[in-house]
Amino acid sequence: MDKVGEKLLQLVQVGVKLSYYELDNESHKHHGPAMDSHYKLVLVSDDFVDMSLVQRHQAIYKRVHQLMQTPIHALALHCYTAVEWQQRNQKSRATANCLGGGQS
Amino acid sequence: MDTLEVIKKQIENNSILLYMKGTPKFPQCGFSSQTVQAIMACGEQFAYVNILEHQDIRSELPAYANWPTFPQLWINGELVGGCDIVMELSQSGELQQLVSAGAVSAATDTDE
Repeated sequence: MDKVGEKLLQLVQVGVKLSYYELDNESHKHHGPAMDSHYKLVLVSDDFVDMSLVQRHQAIYKRVHQLMQTPIHALALHCYTAVEWQQRNQKSRATANCLGGGQS
Repeated sequence: MDTLEVIKKQIENNSILLYMKGTPKFPQCGFSSQTVQAIMACGEQFAYVNILEHQDIRSELPAYANWPTFPQLWINGELVGGCDIVMELSQSGELQQLVSAGAVSAATDTDE
Protein backbone atom coordinates (compact mmCIF):
# COMPACT_ATOMS: atom_id res chain seq x y z
CA MET A 1 0.00 0.00 0.00
CA ASP A 2 1.25 3.49 -0.79
CA LYS A 3 2.13 6.03 1.92
CA VAL A 4 -0.95 8.20 1.44
CA GLY A 5 -3.26 5.21 1.63
CA GLU A 6 -1.54 3.97 4.75
CA LYS A 7 -1.95 7.32 6.45
CA LEU A 8 -5.58 7.48 5.37
CA LEU A 9 -6.44 4.17 7.02
CA GLN A 10 -4.49 5.06 10.09
CA LEU A 11 -6.47 8.29 10.58
CA VAL A 12 -9.81 6.58 10.01
CA GLN A 13 -9.07 3.86 12.53
CA VAL A 14 -8.32 6.31 15.31
CA GLY A 15 -12.03 6.88 15.87
CA VAL A 16 -13.89 4.19 13.97
CA LYS A 17 -13.82 0.52 14.82
CA LEU A 18 -13.74 -1.26 11.48
CA SER A 19 -14.92 -4.81 10.99
CA TYR A 20 -13.82 -4.72 7.36
CA TYR A 21 -12.30 -2.32 4.84
CA GLU A 22 -11.21 -2.08 1.23
CA LEU A 23 -8.89 0.62 0.00
CA ASP A 24 -8.25 1.20 -3.69
CA ASN A 25 -5.91 3.73 -5.19
CA GLU A 26 -7.94 4.81 -8.21
CA SER A 27 -5.57 7.54 -9.33
CA HIS A 28 -5.16 5.76 -12.67
CA LYS A 29 -8.75 6.71 -13.47
CA HIS A 30 -7.74 10.33 -13.36
CA HIS A 31 -5.99 11.89 -16.32
CA GLY A 32 -2.88 13.88 -15.61
CA PRO A 33 0.10 13.62 -13.36
CA ALA A 34 -1.51 13.20 -9.93
CA MET A 35 -0.38 9.78 -8.67
CA ASP A 36 -1.72 9.17 -5.19
CA SER A 37 -4.72 11.47 -5.40
CA HIS A 38 -7.88 9.44 -6.01
CA TYR A 39 -8.99 6.79 -3.54
CA LYS A 40 -11.93 4.58 -2.91
CA LEU A 41 -12.52 3.48 0.64
CA VAL A 42 -15.10 0.92 1.70
CA LEU A 43 -15.64 0.88 5.44
CA VAL A 44 -17.76 -1.52 7.41
CA SER A 45 -18.37 -0.61 11.01
CA ASP A 46 -21.18 -0.83 13.51
CA ASP A 47 -20.19 2.65 14.66
CA PHE A 48 -22.31 3.74 11.65
CA VAL A 49 -25.55 2.37 13.11
CA ASP A 50 -27.96 5.27 13.76
CA MET A 51 -25.94 7.65 11.58
CA SER A 52 -27.28 9.02 8.30
CA LEU A 53 -25.12 8.60 5.20
CA VAL A 54 -24.02 12.22 5.31
CA GLN A 55 -23.13 11.94 9.00
CA ARG A 56 -21.02 8.86 8.32
CA HIS A 57 -19.09 10.61 5.59
CA GLN A 58 -18.66 13.75 7.66
CA ALA A 59 -17.29 11.68 10.52
CA ILE A 60 -14.68 10.19 8.18
CA TYR A 61 -13.88 13.48 6.45
CA LYS A 62 -13.33 15.10 9.84
CA ARG A 63 -10.68 12.49 10.62
CA VAL A 64 -8.88 12.60 7.28
CA HIS A 65 -9.20 16.37 6.84
CA GLN A 66 -5.44 16.94 6.75
CA LEU A 67 -5.08 14.77 3.64
CA MET A 68 -7.90 16.32 1.64
CA GLN A 69 -7.21 18.69 -1.27
CA THR A 70 -3.53 17.86 -1.00
CA PRO A 71 -2.57 15.14 -1.64
CA ILE A 72 -6.03 13.55 -1.92
CA HIS A 73 -8.21 15.11 -4.57
CA ALA A 74 -11.10 12.68 -4.44
CA LEU A 75 -12.13 10.17 -1.82
CA ALA A 76 -14.99 7.89 -2.74
CA LEU A 77 -16.46 6.71 0.53
CA HIS A 78 -18.74 3.75 1.04
CA CYS A 79 -19.74 3.39 4.68
CA TYR A 80 -21.85 0.45 5.76
CA THR A 81 -22.89 -1.26 8.93
CA ALA A 82 -22.18 -4.98 9.12
CA VAL A 83 -25.82 -5.77 8.35
CA GLU A 84 -25.94 -3.40 5.36
CA TRP A 85 -22.73 -4.89 4.03
CA GLN A 86 -24.24 -8.37 4.23
CA GLN A 87 -27.40 -7.17 2.49
CA ARG A 88 -25.31 -5.79 -0.35
CA ASN A 89 -23.60 -9.17 -0.70
CA GLN A 90 -20.35 -7.48 0.27
CA LYS A 91 -20.11 -5.38 -2.86
CA SER A 92 -19.79 -1.64 -3.28
CA ARG A 93 -20.54 0.45 -6.33
CA ALA A 94 -17.82 1.35 -8.84
CA THR A 95 -16.43 4.87 -8.77
CA ALA A 96 -17.15 7.34 -11.58
CA ASN A 97 -14.31 8.06 -13.94
CA CYS A 98 -12.95 11.49 -13.21
CA LEU A 99 -13.04 13.59 -16.36
CA GLY A 100 -10.69 16.20 -15.00
CA GLY A 101 -7.45 17.15 -16.65
CA GLY A 102 -4.39 17.89 -14.56
CA GLN A 103 -4.78 19.48 -11.17
CA SER A 104 -8.21 20.59 -10.12
CA MET B 1 -21.88 40.55 1.17
CA ASP B 2 -19.08 38.21 2.12
CA THR B 3 -18.79 34.77 0.62
CA LEU B 4 -20.19 32.92 3.60
CA GLU B 5 -23.31 35.11 3.52
CA VAL B 6 -23.70 34.43 -0.19
CA ILE B 7 -23.48 30.69 0.45
CA LYS B 8 -26.03 30.81 3.27
CA LYS B 9 -28.44 32.81 1.12
CA GLN B 10 -28.07 30.40 -1.79
CA ILE B 11 -28.81 27.44 0.44
CA GLU B 12 -31.70 29.22 2.10
CA ASN B 13 -33.29 30.46 -1.12
CA ASN B 14 -32.96 27.31 -3.21
CA SER B 15 -34.66 24.26 -1.83
CA ILE B 16 -32.81 22.01 -4.28
CA LEU B 17 -29.29 23.24 -4.88
CA LEU B 18 -26.31 21.51 -6.45
CA TYR B 19 -22.78 22.85 -6.13
CA MET B 20 -20.90 21.25 -8.99
CA LYS B 21 -17.94 21.47 -11.34
CA GLY B 22 -19.29 22.73 -14.65
CA THR B 23 -22.96 22.95 -15.58
CA PRO B 24 -25.71 20.30 -15.88
CA LYS B 25 -25.25 20.35 -19.66
CA PHE B 26 -21.46 20.42 -19.51
CA PRO B 27 -20.23 18.87 -16.28
CA GLN B 28 -16.46 19.17 -15.88
CA CYS B 29 -15.93 16.17 -13.63
CA GLY B 30 -17.16 12.59 -13.63
CA PHE B 31 -18.51 12.88 -10.11
CA SER B 32 -20.48 16.03 -10.90
CA SER B 33 -21.71 14.42 -14.10
CA GLN B 34 -23.04 11.30 -12.38
CA THR B 35 -24.64 13.33 -9.63
CA VAL B 36 -26.41 15.80 -11.88
CA GLN B 37 -27.76 12.98 -14.04
CA ALA B 38 -29.26 11.27 -11.02
CA ILE B 39 -30.89 14.53 -9.94
CA MET B 40 -32.22 15.32 -13.40
CA ALA B 41 -33.73 11.84 -13.54
CA CYS B 42 -35.97 12.89 -10.64
CA GLY B 43 -37.70 15.33 -12.97
CA GLU B 44 -37.81 18.45 -10.80
CA GLN B 45 -36.30 21.87 -11.31
CA PHE B 46 -33.19 22.59 -9.30
CA ALA B 47 -30.62 25.32 -8.91
CA TYR B 48 -26.90 24.85 -9.43
CA VAL B 49 -23.71 26.78 -8.83
CA ASN B 50 -20.67 26.12 -11.02
CA ILE B 51 -17.90 26.35 -8.46
CA LEU B 52 -15.24 26.48 -11.18
CA GLU B 53 -16.54 29.97 -11.90
CA HIS B 54 -16.84 30.91 -8.23
CA GLN B 55 -13.49 30.25 -6.65
CA ASP B 56 -14.48 32.06 -3.44
CA ILE B 57 -17.39 29.68 -2.91
CA ARG B 58 -15.21 26.75 -3.86
CA SER B 59 -12.72 27.60 -1.17
CA GLU B 60 -15.16 28.52 1.61
CA LEU B 61 -18.03 26.07 1.24
CA PRO B 62 -16.09 22.93 2.29
CA ALA B 63 -15.41 24.31 5.78
CA TYR B 64 -18.99 25.55 6.20
CA ALA B 65 -20.42 22.23 5.00
CA ASN B 66 -17.90 20.04 6.77
CA TRP B 67 -17.60 18.43 3.36
CA PRO B 68 -14.28 18.70 1.50
CA THR B 69 -15.21 17.93 -2.09
CA PHE B 70 -17.65 18.73 -4.89
CA PRO B 71 -20.35 18.07 -5.96
CA GLN B 72 -22.55 18.84 -2.96
CA LEU B 73 -26.31 18.45 -3.04
CA TRP B 74 -28.34 20.57 -0.62
CA ILE B 75 -32.07 20.03 -0.14
CA ASN B 76 -34.22 22.15 2.15
CA GLY B 77 -31.20 23.74 3.77
CA GLU B 78 -29.45 20.49 4.56
CA LEU B 79 -26.48 18.81 2.98
CA VAL B 80 -27.58 15.54 1.43
CA GLY B 81 -24.10 14.56 0.32
CA GLY B 82 -21.73 14.16 -2.60
CA CYS B 83 -21.64 11.77 -5.52
CA ASP B 84 -21.45 8.53 -3.54
CA ILE B 85 -24.40 9.36 -1.33
CA VAL B 86 -26.52 10.71 -4.18
CA MET B 87 -25.91 7.51 -6.18
CA GLU B 88 -26.65 5.39 -3.14
CA LEU B 89 -29.92 7.28 -2.54
CA SER B 90 -30.76 7.17 -6.23
CA GLN B 91 -30.53 3.39 -6.29
CA SER B 92 -32.62 2.98 -3.17
CA GLY B 93 -35.30 5.38 -4.43
CA GLU B 94 -34.77 7.82 -1.56
CA LEU B 95 -33.36 10.51 -3.82
CA GLN B 96 -36.68 10.82 -5.62
CA GLN B 97 -38.44 11.33 -2.28
CA LEU B 98 -35.92 13.94 -1.13
CA VAL B 99 -36.01 15.84 -4.42
CA SER B 100 -39.80 15.75 -4.50
CA ALA B 101 -39.89 17.10 -0.94
CA GLY B 102 -37.54 19.88 -2.02
CA ALA B 103 -39.74 20.68 -4.99
CA VAL B 104 -42.81 20.88 -2.76
CA SER B 105 -41.23 23.46 -0.50
CA ALA B 106 -40.03 25.42 -3.54
CA ALA B 107 -43.63 25.57 -4.78
CA THR B 108 -44.85 26.64 -1.34
CA ASP B 109 -42.28 29.45 -1.23
CA THR B 110 -43.53 30.78 -4.55
CA ASP B 111 -47.12 30.78 -3.37
CA GLU B 112 -46.35 32.94 -0.39
